Amino acid sequence: MGITARRVSKRFGDFVALDDVSVEAPTGSLTALLGPSGSGKSTLLRVIAGLERPDSGQIFISDEEKTDFPPQKRGVGFVFQHYAAFKHMTVFENVAFGLKIRKHPKDAIRQRVRELLELVQLEGFAGRYPAQLSGGQRQRMALARALAVEPDVLLLDEPFGALDARVRQELRAWLRRLHEDIHVTTILVTHDQEEAMELADNIVLMNHGKIEQVGGPQDLYEQPANEFVMGFIGPVNRLGDTYVRPHDIEIQLNSNGTTSEAMVDHLVYLGFEVRVDLALKDGRRLWAQVTREDARQLNLEPGKPVHVRMVHSKVFGKTTADSLPNP
Amino acid sequence: MTARIAFRVFALGYLALLLVFPVCIIFARAFGEGLGAVWQAVIDPEALHALWMTLLIASIAVAANTVFGIICATVLVRHDFRGKSVLNAILDLPLAISPVVVGLSLLIIYGRTSPIGVWLAEMGVRIIFSTPGMILATIFISLPFVVREVVPVMREIGTEQEQAASTLGASAFQTFWMVTLPAIRPGVAYGIVLTMARAIGEFGAVSVVSGQISGITETMTIYVSSSFERFDLVGCYSAAVVLALIAIGTLLLTNLTGPKEEY
Repeated sequence: MGITARRVSKRFGDFVALDDVSVEAPTGSLTALLGPSGSGKSTLLRVIAGLERPDSGQIFISDEEKTDFPPQKRGVGFVFQHYAAFKHMTVFENVAFGLKIRKHPKDAIRQRVRELLELVQLEGFAGRYPAQLSGGQRQRMALARALAVEPDVLLLDEPFGALDARVRQELRAWLRRLHEDIHVTTILVTHDQEEAMELADNIVLMNHGKIEQVGGPQDLYEQPANEFVMGFIGPVNRLGDTYVRPHDIEIQLNSNGTTSEAMVDHLVYLGFEVRVDLALKDGRRLWAQVTREDARQLNLEPGKPVHVRMVHSKVFGKTTADSLPNP
Repeated sequence: MTARIAFRVFALGYLALLLVFPVCIIFARAFGEGLGAVWQAVIDPEALHALWMTLLIASIAVAANTVFGIICATVLVRHDFRGKSVLNAILDLPLAISPVVVGLSLLIIYGRTSPIGVWLAEMGVRIIFSTPGMILATIFISLPFVVREVVPVMREIGTEQEQAASTLGASAFQTFWMVTLPAIRPGVAYGIVLTMARAIGEFGAVSVVSGQISGITETMTIYVSSSFERFDLVGCYSAAVVLALIAIGTLLLTNLTGPKEEY
Protein backbone atom coordinates (compact mmCIF):
# COMPACT_ATOMS: atom_id res chain seq x y z
CA MET A 1 0.00 0.00 0.00
CA GLY A 2 3.03 2.31 -0.06
CA ILE A 3 4.02 4.85 -2.66
CA THR A 4 7.14 4.74 -4.78
CA ALA A 5 8.31 7.40 -7.19
CA ARG A 6 11.21 6.15 -9.27
CA ARG A 7 13.59 8.47 -11.14
CA VAL A 8 10.94 11.07 -11.88
CA SER A 9 11.86 14.13 -13.97
CA LYS A 10 9.63 16.99 -14.99
CA ARG A 11 10.33 20.28 -16.75
CA PHE A 12 8.08 23.26 -17.35
CA GLY A 13 9.69 24.96 -20.35
CA ASP A 14 13.23 25.76 -19.20
CA PHE A 15 12.43 25.28 -15.54
CA VAL A 16 13.49 21.93 -14.11
CA ALA A 17 10.86 21.13 -11.50
CA LEU A 18 12.00 17.56 -10.78
CA ASP A 19 15.43 16.21 -11.62
CA ASP A 20 15.64 12.42 -11.41
CA VAL A 21 13.86 12.16 -8.07
CA SER A 22 13.16 8.88 -6.29
CA VAL A 23 11.04 8.72 -3.16
CA GLU A 24 9.60 5.90 -1.13
CA ALA A 25 6.71 6.25 1.31
CA PRO A 26 6.21 3.02 3.26
CA THR A 27 2.73 1.64 3.89
CA GLY A 28 0.90 3.44 6.67
CA SER A 29 3.59 6.09 7.09
CA LEU A 30 3.24 9.83 7.04
CA THR A 31 5.94 11.25 4.80
CA ALA A 32 6.58 14.96 4.44
CA LEU A 33 7.94 16.50 1.24
CA LEU A 34 9.64 19.56 2.65
CA GLY A 35 11.40 22.37 0.84
CA PRO A 36 11.34 26.01 -0.14
CA SER A 37 8.97 27.17 -2.87
CA GLY A 38 10.11 26.06 -6.31
CA SER A 39 11.83 22.99 -4.87
CA GLY A 40 9.55 20.64 -6.79
CA LYS A 41 7.70 19.18 -3.82
CA SER A 42 4.20 20.09 -5.04
CA THR A 43 5.03 18.95 -8.56
CA LEU A 44 6.13 15.58 -7.22
CA LEU A 45 2.85 15.24 -5.30
CA ARG A 46 0.85 16.17 -8.40
CA VAL A 47 2.82 13.66 -10.47
CA ILE A 48 1.97 10.97 -7.90
CA ALA A 49 -1.71 11.96 -8.11
CA GLY A 50 -1.68 11.95 -11.91
CA LEU A 51 -2.53 15.64 -12.11
CA GLU A 52 0.81 16.22 -13.82
CA ARG A 53 2.53 13.89 -16.29
CA PRO A 54 6.23 13.28 -15.62
CA ASP A 55 8.66 13.59 -18.55
CA SER A 56 10.28 10.38 -17.37
CA GLY A 57 10.16 8.04 -14.40
CA GLN A 58 7.59 5.76 -12.82
CA ILE A 59 4.99 5.93 -10.08
CA PHE A 60 3.94 2.89 -8.06
CA ILE A 61 1.01 2.93 -5.69
CA SER A 62 0.39 -0.20 -3.62
CA ASP A 63 3.03 -2.07 -5.66
CA GLU A 64 1.18 -1.40 -8.88
CA GLU A 65 2.61 0.80 -11.60
CA LYS A 66 0.28 3.77 -12.14
CA THR A 67 2.51 6.03 -14.26
CA ASP A 68 0.10 6.09 -17.20
CA PHE A 69 -3.10 6.00 -15.16
CA PRO A 70 -5.40 9.04 -15.07
CA PRO A 71 -6.08 10.54 -11.62
CA GLN A 72 -9.49 8.81 -11.54
CA LYS A 73 -7.87 5.36 -11.51
CA ARG A 74 -5.04 5.88 -9.04
CA GLY A 75 -6.90 5.40 -5.78
CA VAL A 76 -5.59 8.65 -4.33
CA GLY A 77 -7.26 11.19 -2.12
CA PHE A 78 -5.96 14.69 -2.78
CA VAL A 79 -6.33 17.74 -0.56
CA PHE A 80 -5.51 21.16 -2.03
CA GLN A 81 -4.05 24.18 -0.26
CA HIS A 82 -7.06 26.31 -1.18
CA TYR A 83 -9.59 23.55 -0.37
CA ALA A 84 -11.01 23.22 -3.93
CA ALA A 85 -14.44 22.96 -2.33
CA PHE A 86 -17.36 22.55 -4.72
CA LYS A 87 -18.92 25.91 -3.95
CA HIS A 88 -22.37 25.14 -5.34
CA MET A 89 -22.71 21.98 -3.24
CA THR A 90 -23.46 21.61 0.46
CA VAL A 91 -20.97 20.00 2.81
CA PHE A 92 -22.94 16.77 2.52
CA GLU A 93 -22.89 16.86 -1.29
CA ASN A 94 -19.19 17.68 -1.31
CA VAL A 95 -18.31 14.69 0.86
CA ALA A 96 -20.76 12.45 -1.03
CA PHE A 97 -19.34 13.42 -4.45
CA GLY A 98 -16.94 10.50 -4.94
CA LEU A 99 -19.50 7.99 -3.63
CA LYS A 100 -22.16 9.35 -5.97
CA ILE A 101 -19.74 9.02 -8.90
CA ARG A 102 -19.22 5.41 -7.88
CA LYS A 103 -23.00 4.95 -7.82
CA HIS A 104 -23.21 3.78 -4.22
CA PRO A 105 -26.78 3.34 -2.96
CA LYS A 106 -28.27 6.46 -1.37
CA ASP A 107 -28.62 4.96 2.12
CA ALA A 108 -25.02 3.78 2.12
CA ILE A 109 -23.86 7.23 1.03
CA ARG A 110 -25.85 8.94 3.79
CA GLN A 111 -24.41 6.56 6.38
CA ARG A 112 -20.82 6.94 5.18
CA VAL A 113 -21.02 10.74 4.93
CA ARG A 114 -22.37 10.91 8.47
CA GLU A 115 -19.45 8.83 9.75
CA LEU A 116 -16.96 11.00 7.91
CA LEU A 117 -18.46 14.27 9.11
CA GLU A 118 -18.20 12.88 12.62
CA LEU A 119 -14.58 11.93 12.00
CA VAL A 120 -13.72 15.48 10.88
CA GLN A 121 -15.93 17.04 13.56
CA LEU A 122 -18.42 18.68 11.19
CA GLU A 123 -21.53 16.78 12.34
CA GLY A 124 -23.87 19.77 12.39
CA PHE A 125 -22.68 21.28 9.13
CA ALA A 126 -24.04 18.87 6.51
CA GLY A 127 -26.51 21.39 5.07
CA ARG A 128 -24.14 24.35 4.90
CA TYR A 129 -22.35 25.66 1.86
CA PRO A 130 -18.54 26.01 1.83
CA ALA A 131 -18.89 29.81 1.85
CA GLN A 132 -20.51 29.50 5.29
CA LEU A 133 -17.54 27.63 6.77
CA SER A 134 -14.24 28.89 8.19
CA GLY A 135 -10.99 27.98 6.45
CA GLY A 136 -10.23 25.23 8.94
CA GLN A 137 -13.71 23.74 8.56
CA ARG A 138 -13.44 23.85 4.78
CA GLN A 139 -10.16 21.99 4.88
CA ARG A 140 -11.62 19.33 7.20
CA MET A 141 -14.52 18.98 4.76
CA ALA A 142 -12.03 18.58 1.90
CA LEU A 143 -10.26 15.89 3.90
CA ALA A 144 -13.54 14.04 4.54
CA ARG A 145 -14.32 14.28 0.83
CA ALA A 146 -10.94 12.78 -0.05
CA LEU A 147 -11.31 10.01 2.54
CA ALA A 148 -14.88 9.14 1.46
CA VAL A 149 -13.74 7.02 -1.46
CA GLU A 150 -11.36 5.06 0.79
CA PRO A 151 -8.22 5.96 -1.13
CA ASP A 152 -5.13 3.77 -0.92
CA VAL A 153 -3.07 6.86 -0.27
CA LEU A 154 -3.76 10.38 0.92
CA LEU A 155 -1.91 13.30 -0.68
CA LEU A 156 -1.98 16.66 1.09
CA ASP A 157 -0.66 19.71 -0.77
CA GLU A 158 0.18 22.42 1.79
CA PRO A 159 -3.13 21.63 3.49
CA PHE A 160 -2.73 24.22 6.23
CA GLY A 161 -0.90 26.82 4.16
CA ALA A 162 -3.88 29.15 3.82
CA LEU A 163 -4.85 29.07 7.50
CA ASP A 164 -3.79 31.35 10.31
CA ALA A 165 -1.16 30.20 12.79
CA ARG A 166 -3.45 29.14 15.61
CA VAL A 167 -5.85 27.11 13.44
CA ARG A 168 -2.84 25.57 11.70
CA GLN A 169 -1.47 24.43 15.04
CA GLU A 170 -4.83 22.89 16.02
CA LEU A 171 -5.30 21.12 12.71
CA ARG A 172 -1.78 19.73 12.82
CA ALA A 173 -2.44 18.06 16.15
CA TRP A 174 -5.81 16.86 14.88
CA LEU A 175 -4.30 15.44 11.67
CA ARG A 176 -1.69 13.54 13.63
CA ARG A 177 -4.38 11.93 15.78
CA LEU A 178 -6.44 11.18 12.66
CA HIS A 179 -3.46 9.50 11.03
CA GLU A 180 -2.90 7.39 14.11
CA ASP A 181 -6.55 6.29 13.87
CA ILE A 182 -6.89 5.51 10.19
CA HIS A 183 -3.28 4.79 9.20
CA VAL A 184 -3.64 5.49 5.51
CA THR A 185 -0.32 6.05 3.72
CA THR A 186 0.01 9.82 3.56
CA ILE A 187 2.30 12.27 1.82
CA LEU A 188 2.23 15.83 3.06
CA VAL A 189 3.76 18.72 1.15
CA THR A 190 4.88 21.65 3.27
CA HIS A 191 7.41 24.46 3.31
CA ASP A 192 7.15 24.67 7.10
CA GLN A 193 9.92 22.62 8.72
CA GLU A 194 8.18 22.69 12.08
CA GLU A 195 5.04 21.20 10.53
CA ALA A 196 7.09 18.47 8.87
CA MET A 197 8.98 17.68 12.08
CA GLU A 198 5.78 17.55 14.11
CA LEU A 199 3.75 15.37 11.75
CA ALA A 200 6.01 13.17 9.70
CA ASP A 201 7.71 9.87 10.43
CA ASN A 202 9.88 10.50 7.46
CA ILE A 203 10.99 13.77 5.87
CA VAL A 204 12.13 14.17 2.28
CA LEU A 205 13.91 17.50 2.04
CA MET A 206 13.93 18.90 -1.48
CA ASN A 207 15.66 21.82 -3.15
CA HIS A 208 15.86 22.85 -6.81
CA GLY A 209 14.07 19.72 -8.01
CA LYS A 210 16.42 17.37 -6.18
CA ILE A 211 16.37 15.53 -2.89
CA GLU A 212 18.89 16.86 -0.35
CA GLN A 213 18.24 14.33 2.38
CA VAL A 214 15.75 11.72 3.55
CA GLY A 215 15.32 10.76 7.16
CA GLY A 216 13.42 11.05 10.40
CA PRO A 217 13.02 14.51 11.96
CA GLN A 218 15.84 13.84 14.43
CA ASP A 219 18.23 12.55 11.75
CA LEU A 220 17.77 15.65 9.66
CA TYR A 221 18.36 17.91 12.62
CA GLU A 222 21.27 16.06 14.14
CA GLN A 223 22.96 14.63 11.06
CA PRO A 224 22.30 17.08 8.25
CA ALA A 225 23.85 15.82 5.03
CA ASN A 226 24.92 19.24 3.84
CA GLU A 227 24.78 22.95 4.53
CA PHE A 228 21.38 23.34 2.85
CA VAL A 229 19.78 20.79 5.16
CA MET A 230 21.45 22.31 8.19
CA GLY A 231 20.25 25.77 7.21
CA PHE A 232 16.72 24.70 6.34
CA ILE A 233 16.04 22.54 9.40
CA GLY A 234 16.47 24.87 12.34
CA PRO A 235 18.48 28.04 12.79
CA VAL A 236 22.19 28.13 12.07
CA ASN A 237 25.25 30.41 12.22
CA ARG A 238 27.77 30.29 9.45
CA LEU A 239 31.41 31.17 10.01
CA GLY A 240 33.41 30.47 6.85
CA ASP A 241 32.86 26.79 6.17
CA THR A 242 31.70 26.07 9.67
CA TYR A 243 28.06 25.77 10.64
CA VAL A 244 26.92 25.91 14.23
CA ARG A 245 23.49 25.83 15.85
CA PRO A 246 22.78 28.83 18.08
CA HIS A 247 22.15 26.53 21.05
CA ASP A 248 25.56 24.94 20.52
CA ILE A 249 27.31 28.20 21.33
CA GLU A 250 28.36 28.37 24.94
CA ILE A 251 28.91 31.75 26.54
CA GLN A 252 31.44 32.01 29.38
CA LEU A 253 32.76 34.88 31.39
CA ASN A 254 36.38 33.62 31.45
CA SER A 255 38.72 32.48 28.74
CA ASN A 256 39.88 28.85 28.96
CA GLY A 257 42.09 28.51 25.90
CA THR A 258 39.49 27.01 23.62
CA THR A 259 37.22 30.05 23.64
CA SER A 260 37.16 33.16 21.50
CA GLU A 261 36.58 36.72 22.62
CA ALA A 262 33.29 38.32 21.72
CA MET A 263 31.05 41.15 22.76
CA VAL A 264 27.34 41.07 23.49
CA ASP A 265 25.64 43.27 20.93
CA HIS A 266 21.96 42.85 21.55
CA LEU A 267 19.58 40.73 23.63
CA VAL A 268 16.11 39.57 22.62
CA TYR A 269 13.89 37.99 25.25
CA LEU A 270 11.60 35.35 23.71
CA GLY A 271 9.98 33.87 26.80
CA PHE A 272 11.96 30.83 27.90
CA GLU A 273 14.88 31.45 25.59
CA VAL A 274 17.03 34.50 25.06
CA ARG A 275 18.59 35.35 21.75
CA VAL A 276 22.07 36.84 22.18
CA ASP A 277 23.58 38.68 19.21
CA LEU A 278 27.37 38.59 19.44
CA ALA A 279 30.22 40.32 17.62
CA LEU A 280 33.54 38.42 17.45
CA LYS A 281 36.81 40.32 17.79
CA ASP A 282 37.44 40.12 14.04
CA GLY A 283 34.06 41.71 13.36
CA ARG A 284 32.18 38.52 12.38
CA ARG A 285 28.77 38.19 13.92
CA LEU A 286 26.80 35.25 15.24
CA TRP A 287 23.95 34.63 17.59
CA ALA A 288 23.49 32.26 20.47
CA GLN A 289 20.42 30.81 22.05
CA VAL A 290 20.59 30.56 25.83
CA THR A 291 18.03 29.98 28.54
CA ARG A 292 16.67 32.87 30.52
CA GLU A 293 18.35 31.38 33.57
CA ASP A 294 21.80 31.30 31.91
CA ALA A 295 21.41 34.85 30.66
CA ARG A 296 20.68 35.97 34.18
CA GLN A 297 23.57 34.07 35.76
CA LEU A 298 26.04 35.41 33.19
CA ASN A 299 24.56 38.83 33.76
CA LEU A 300 24.49 39.44 30.01
CA GLU A 301 23.92 42.95 28.78
CA PRO A 302 24.75 44.84 25.60
CA GLY A 303 28.42 45.88 25.44
CA LYS A 304 29.61 43.17 27.84
CA PRO A 305 32.79 41.27 26.79
CA VAL A 306 32.39 37.48 26.92
CA HIS A 307 34.10 34.32 25.72
CA VAL A 308 32.35 31.89 23.41
CA ARG A 309 32.92 28.27 22.53
CA MET A 310 31.26 26.01 20.01
CA VAL A 311 30.10 22.88 21.77
CA HIS A 312 29.26 21.28 18.48
CA SER A 313 29.75 22.47 14.94
CA LYS A 314 29.86 21.13 11.44
CA VAL A 315 32.10 21.57 8.45
CA PHE A 316 30.54 19.62 5.66
CA GLY A 317 32.72 16.74 4.77
CA LYS A 318 34.08 16.58 8.34
CA THR A 319 32.83 17.36 11.83
CA THR A 320 34.81 19.56 14.19
CA ALA A 321 34.32 20.77 17.70
CA ASP A 322 35.70 23.23 20.15
CA SER A 323 37.60 26.27 19.04
CA LEU A 324 36.36 28.76 16.50
CA PRO A 325 38.02 28.38 13.13
CA ASN A 326 40.59 30.96 12.22
CA PRO A 327 39.48 33.43 9.62
CA MET B 1 -25.87 68.22 -1.92
CA THR B 2 -26.88 70.24 -4.98
CA ALA B 3 -24.28 68.43 -7.06
CA ARG B 4 -25.73 65.09 -5.96
CA ILE B 5 -29.21 66.22 -6.96
CA ALA B 6 -27.96 67.56 -10.27
CA PHE B 7 -26.31 64.21 -11.03
CA ARG B 8 -29.48 62.35 -10.21
CA VAL B 9 -31.68 64.67 -12.27
CA PHE B 10 -29.31 64.34 -15.20
CA ALA B 11 -29.22 60.53 -15.08
CA LEU B 12 -32.97 60.17 -14.69
CA GLY B 13 -33.79 62.93 -17.18
CA TYR B 14 -31.52 61.41 -19.80
CA LEU B 15 -33.22 58.04 -19.36
CA ALA B 16 -36.70 59.58 -19.43
CA LEU B 17 -36.08 61.62 -22.56
CA LEU B 18 -34.26 58.99 -24.59
CA LEU B 19 -35.77 55.73 -23.33
CA VAL B 20 -38.94 55.97 -21.29
CA PHE B 21 -40.65 58.68 -23.34
CA PRO B 22 -40.38 56.93 -26.78
CA VAL B 23 -41.49 53.60 -25.31
CA CYS B 24 -44.49 55.30 -23.67
CA ILE B 25 -45.40 56.96 -26.97
CA ILE B 26 -45.39 53.57 -28.70
CA PHE B 27 -47.67 52.13 -26.03
CA ALA B 28 -49.95 55.18 -26.15
CA ARG B 29 -50.20 55.13 -29.95
CA ALA B 30 -50.91 51.41 -30.06
CA PHE B 31 -53.61 51.48 -27.42
CA GLY B 32 -55.05 54.75 -28.75
CA GLU B 33 -57.12 52.72 -31.19
CA GLY B 34 -58.49 50.60 -28.36
CA LEU B 35 -57.52 47.25 -26.91
CA GLY B 36 -59.58 45.33 -29.47
CA ALA B 37 -57.73 46.84 -32.39
CA VAL B 38 -54.39 45.96 -30.82
CA TRP B 39 -55.48 42.40 -30.19
CA GLN B 40 -56.71 42.06 -33.78
CA ALA B 41 -53.38 43.39 -35.03
CA VAL B 42 -51.42 41.00 -32.84
CA ILE B 43 -53.33 37.87 -33.90
CA ASP B 44 -53.08 38.84 -37.56
CA PRO B 45 -51.58 35.73 -39.24
CA GLU B 46 -48.71 37.69 -40.76
CA ALA B 47 -47.85 39.22 -37.37
CA LEU B 48 -48.06 35.85 -35.62
CA HIS B 49 -45.84 34.31 -38.24
CA ALA B 50 -43.33 37.13 -37.76
CA LEU B 51 -43.41 36.54 -34.00
CA TRP B 52 -42.87 32.82 -34.55
CA MET B 53 -39.92 33.52 -36.87
CA THR B 54 -38.34 35.84 -34.31
CA LEU B 55 -38.66 33.32 -31.49
CA LEU B 56 -37.48 30.41 -33.64
CA ILE B 57 -34.45 32.25 -34.98
CA ALA B 58 -33.53 33.70 -31.59
CA SER B 59 -33.82 30.29 -29.88
CA ILE B 60 -31.60 28.58 -32.42
CA ALA B 61 -29.06 31.41 -32.23
CA VAL B 62 -29.08 31.21 -28.42
CA ALA B 63 -28.61 27.43 -28.44
CA ALA B 64 -25.78 27.59 -30.99
CA ASN B 65 -23.98 30.47 -29.32
CA THR B 66 -24.32 28.94 -25.85
CA VAL B 67 -22.63 25.71 -26.91
CA PHE B 68 -20.03 27.62 -28.93
CA GLY B 69 -19.58 30.18 -26.15
CA ILE B 70 -18.83 27.62 -23.44
CA ILE B 71 -16.42 25.67 -25.65
CA CYS B 72 -14.72 28.85 -26.86
CA ALA B 73 -14.39 30.20 -23.30
CA THR B 74 -12.80 26.90 -22.23
CA VAL B 75 -10.31 27.19 -25.07
CA LEU B 76 -9.53 30.82 -24.21
CA VAL B 77 -9.13 30.26 -20.47
CA ARG B 78 -7.66 26.78 -20.23
CA HIS B 79 -5.59 26.34 -23.36
CA ASP B 80 -2.43 28.05 -24.47
CA PHE B 81 -1.68 28.23 -28.16
CA ARG B 82 -0.37 30.53 -30.85
CA GLY B 83 -3.02 32.85 -32.21
CA LYS B 84 -5.02 32.92 -29.00
CA SER B 85 -4.98 36.72 -28.97
CA VAL B 86 -6.15 36.71 -32.59
CA LEU B 87 -9.08 34.48 -31.66
CA ASN B 88 -9.81 36.78 -28.76
CA ALA B 89 -9.88 39.82 -31.03
CA ILE B 90 -11.97 38.12 -33.74
CA LEU B 91 -14.67 37.35 -31.17
CA ASP B 92 -15.51 41.03 -30.88
CA LEU B 93 -15.91 41.54 -34.64
CA PRO B 94 -19.69 41.03 -34.55
CA LEU B 95 -19.94 43.98 -32.17
CA ALA B 96 -17.75 46.15 -34.35
CA ILE B 97 -19.09 45.35 -37.82
CA SER B 98 -22.38 46.92 -38.86
CA PRO B 99 -25.15 44.29 -39.10
CA VAL B 100 -26.00 45.48 -42.61
CA VAL B 101 -22.44 44.64 -43.68
CA VAL B 102 -22.78 41.21 -42.06
CA GLY B 103 -25.97 40.66 -44.07
CA LEU B 104 -24.28 41.82 -47.22
CA SER B 105 -21.31 39.48 -46.75
CA LEU B 106 -23.66 36.52 -46.23
CA LEU B 107 -25.44 37.59 -49.40
CA ILE B 108 -22.13 37.58 -51.28
CA ILE B 109 -21.03 34.19 -49.91
CA TYR B 110 -24.29 32.25 -50.22
CA GLY B 111 -26.11 34.25 -52.91
CA ARG B 112 -26.90 33.01 -56.40
CA THR B 113 -23.84 34.75 -57.81
CA SER B 114 -21.28 32.87 -55.73
CA PRO B 115 -19.98 29.33 -56.43
CA ILE B 116 -21.06 28.22 -52.95
CA GLY B 117 -24.56 29.59 -53.54
CA VAL B 118 -24.79 27.87 -56.91
CA TRP B 119 -23.58 24.57 -55.48
CA LEU B 120 -26.03 24.81 -52.55
CA ALA B 121 -28.87 25.61 -54.95
CA GLU B 122 -28.01 22.47 -56.94
CA MET B 123 -28.20 20.49 -53.72
CA GLY B 124 -31.62 22.05 -53.12
CA VAL B 125 -30.48 24.11 -50.13
CA ARG B 126 -31.56 27.70 -49.97
CA ILE B 127 -29.81 30.02 -47.55
CA ILE B 128 -30.43 33.52 -48.82
CA PHE B 129 -34.03 34.86 -48.72
CA SER B 130 -34.82 31.96 -46.43
CA THR B 131 -34.74 30.96 -42.75
CA PRO B 132 -31.21 29.39 -42.71
CA GLY B 133 -29.67 32.69 -43.85
CA MET B 134 -31.60 34.61 -41.21
CA ILE B 135 -30.41 32.17 -38.55
CA LEU B 136 -26.80 32.48 -39.76
CA ALA B 137 -27.01 36.26 -39.64
CA THR B 138 -28.51 36.22 -36.12
CA ILE B 139 -25.92 33.75 -34.84
CA PHE B 140 -23.19 35.98 -36.23
CA ILE B 141 -24.38 39.24 -34.68
CA SER B 142 -25.12 37.66 -31.25
CA LEU B 143 -21.98 35.54 -31.11
CA PRO B 144 -19.74 37.17 -28.45
CA PHE B 145 -22.12 37.50 -25.50
CA VAL B 146 -21.91 34.03 -23.92
CA VAL B 147 -18.13 33.82 -24.45
CA ARG B 148 -17.58 37.24 -22.94
CA GLU B 149 -19.70 36.48 -19.89
CA VAL B 150 -18.28 32.99 -19.28
CA VAL B 151 -14.56 33.78 -19.69
CA PRO B 152 -14.15 35.85 -16.49
CA VAL B 153 -16.24 33.43 -14.41
CA MET B 154 -14.25 30.47 -15.67
CA ARG B 155 -10.97 32.25 -15.02
CA GLU B 156 -12.05 32.99 -11.47
CA ILE B 157 -13.09 29.44 -10.55
CA GLY B 158 -9.70 28.07 -11.67
CA THR B 159 -8.95 24.41 -12.22
CA GLU B 160 -8.65 23.07 -8.69
CA GLN B 161 -12.32 22.09 -8.34
CA GLU B 162 -12.06 20.15 -11.58
CA GLN B 163 -8.83 18.48 -10.47
CA ALA B 164 -10.45 17.57 -7.16
CA ALA B 165 -13.36 16.01 -9.06
CA SER B 166 -10.97 13.96 -11.18
CA THR B 167 -9.09 12.61 -8.15
CA LEU B 168 -12.51 11.63 -6.72
CA GLY B 169 -13.13 9.50 -9.80
CA ALA B 170 -15.23 11.77 -12.01
CA SER B 171 -14.75 11.43 -15.78
CA ALA B 172 -14.15 14.53 -17.88
CA PHE B 173 -17.83 14.59 -18.83
CA GLN B 174 -19.01 14.13 -15.23
CA THR B 175 -16.63 16.85 -14.09
CA PHE B 176 -17.97 19.25 -16.69
CA TRP B 177 -21.59 18.44 -15.94
CA MET B 178 -21.39 18.28 -12.12
CA VAL B 179 -18.65 20.77 -11.31
CA THR B 180 -17.71 23.15 -14.15
CA LEU B 181 -21.16 23.92 -15.53
CA PRO B 182 -22.79 24.70 -12.14
CA ALA B 183 -19.80 26.87 -11.29
CA ILE B 184 -20.01 28.95 -14.48
CA ARG B 185 -23.82 28.97 -14.53
CA PRO B 186 -24.26 32.65 -13.59
CA GLY B 187 -22.07 33.68 -16.52
CA VAL B 188 -23.84 31.32 -18.91
CA ALA B 189 -27.28 32.52 -17.83
CA TYR B 190 -26.38 36.18 -18.18
CA GLY B 191 -24.79 35.50 -21.56
CA ILE B 192 -27.92 33.68 -22.75
CA VAL B 193 -30.16 36.58 -21.75
CA LEU B 194 -27.95 39.09 -23.55
CA THR B 195 -27.79 36.86 -26.65
CA MET B 196 -31.58 36.50 -26.59
CA ALA B 197 -32.12 40.23 -26.30
CA ARG B 198 -29.70 40.97 -29.12
CA ALA B 199 -31.17 38.26 -31.38
CA ILE B 200 -34.76 39.37 -30.89
CA GLY B 201 -33.95 43.00 -31.61
CA GLU B 202 -31.81 42.33 -34.69
CA PHE B 203 -32.96 44.10 -37.84
CA GLY B 204 -30.13 45.06 -40.23
CA ALA B 205 -28.39 41.79 -41.04
CA VAL B 206 -31.57 39.73 -41.01
CA SER B 207 -33.40 42.24 -43.16
CA VAL B 208 -30.68 42.08 -45.84
CA VAL B 209 -30.53 38.28 -46.09
CA SER B 210 -34.27 37.69 -45.67
CA GLY B 211 -35.42 39.59 -48.75
CA GLN B 212 -38.33 40.74 -46.55
CA ILE B 213 -40.90 38.40 -48.11
CA SER B 214 -44.19 39.17 -46.33
CA GLY B 215 -45.57 36.33 -44.31
CA ILE B 216 -42.54 34.13 -45.06
CA THR B 217 -39.19 35.66 -44.12
CA GLU B 218 -40.44 38.43 -41.86
CA THR B 219 -39.32 38.66 -38.27
CA MET B 220 -41.00 40.95 -35.74
CA THR B 221 -38.60 43.80 -36.41
CA ILE B 222 -39.03 43.48 -40.18
CA TYR B 223 -42.80 43.32 -39.69
CA VAL B 224 -42.72 46.56 -37.69
CA SER B 225 -40.78 48.25 -40.45
CA SER B 226 -42.90 46.91 -43.33
CA SER B 227 -46.23 47.64 -41.66
CA PHE B 228 -45.05 51.17 -41.00
CA GLU B 229 -44.14 51.54 -44.66
CA ARG B 230 -47.61 50.50 -45.79
CA PHE B 231 -49.23 52.89 -43.25
CA ASP B 232 -50.66 50.06 -41.14
CA LEU B 233 -49.94 52.09 -38.01
CA VAL B 234 -51.96 49.97 -35.56
CA GLY B 235 -50.21 46.85 -36.81
CA CYS B 236 -46.88 48.57 -36.59
CA TYR B 237 -47.38 49.92 -33.07
CA SER B 238 -48.89 46.68 -31.80
CA ALA B 239 -45.98 44.65 -33.08
CA ALA B 240 -43.63 47.20 -31.54
CA VAL B 241 -45.44 46.79 -28.22
CA VAL B 242 -45.03 43.02 -28.38
CA LEU B 243 -41.33 43.45 -29.12
CA ALA B 244 -40.96 45.94 -26.29
CA LEU B 245 -42.72 43.56 -23.87
CA ILE B 246 -40.44 40.68 -24.87
CA ALA B 247 -37.44 42.97 -24.42
CA ILE B 248 -38.62 44.13 -21.01
CA GLY B 249 -39.26 40.52 -19.99
CA THR B 250 -35.76 39.56 -21.09
CA LEU B 251 -34.27 42.46 -19.18
CA LEU B 252 -36.14 41.47 -16.04
CA LEU B 253 -34.60 38.03 -16.49
CA THR B 254 -31.22 39.74 -16.81
CA ASN B 255 -31.70 41.35 -13.43
CA LEU B 256 -32.64 38.01 -11.92
CA THR B 257 -29.70 36.10 -13.37
CA GLY B 258 -27.06 38.79 -13.77
CA PRO B 259 -24.18 39.33 -11.40
CA LYS B 260 -25.45 40.76 -8.15
CA GLU B 261 -24.20 44.27 -7.62
CA GLU B 262 -24.53 46.80 -4.86
CA TYR B 263 -26.34 49.85 -6.10
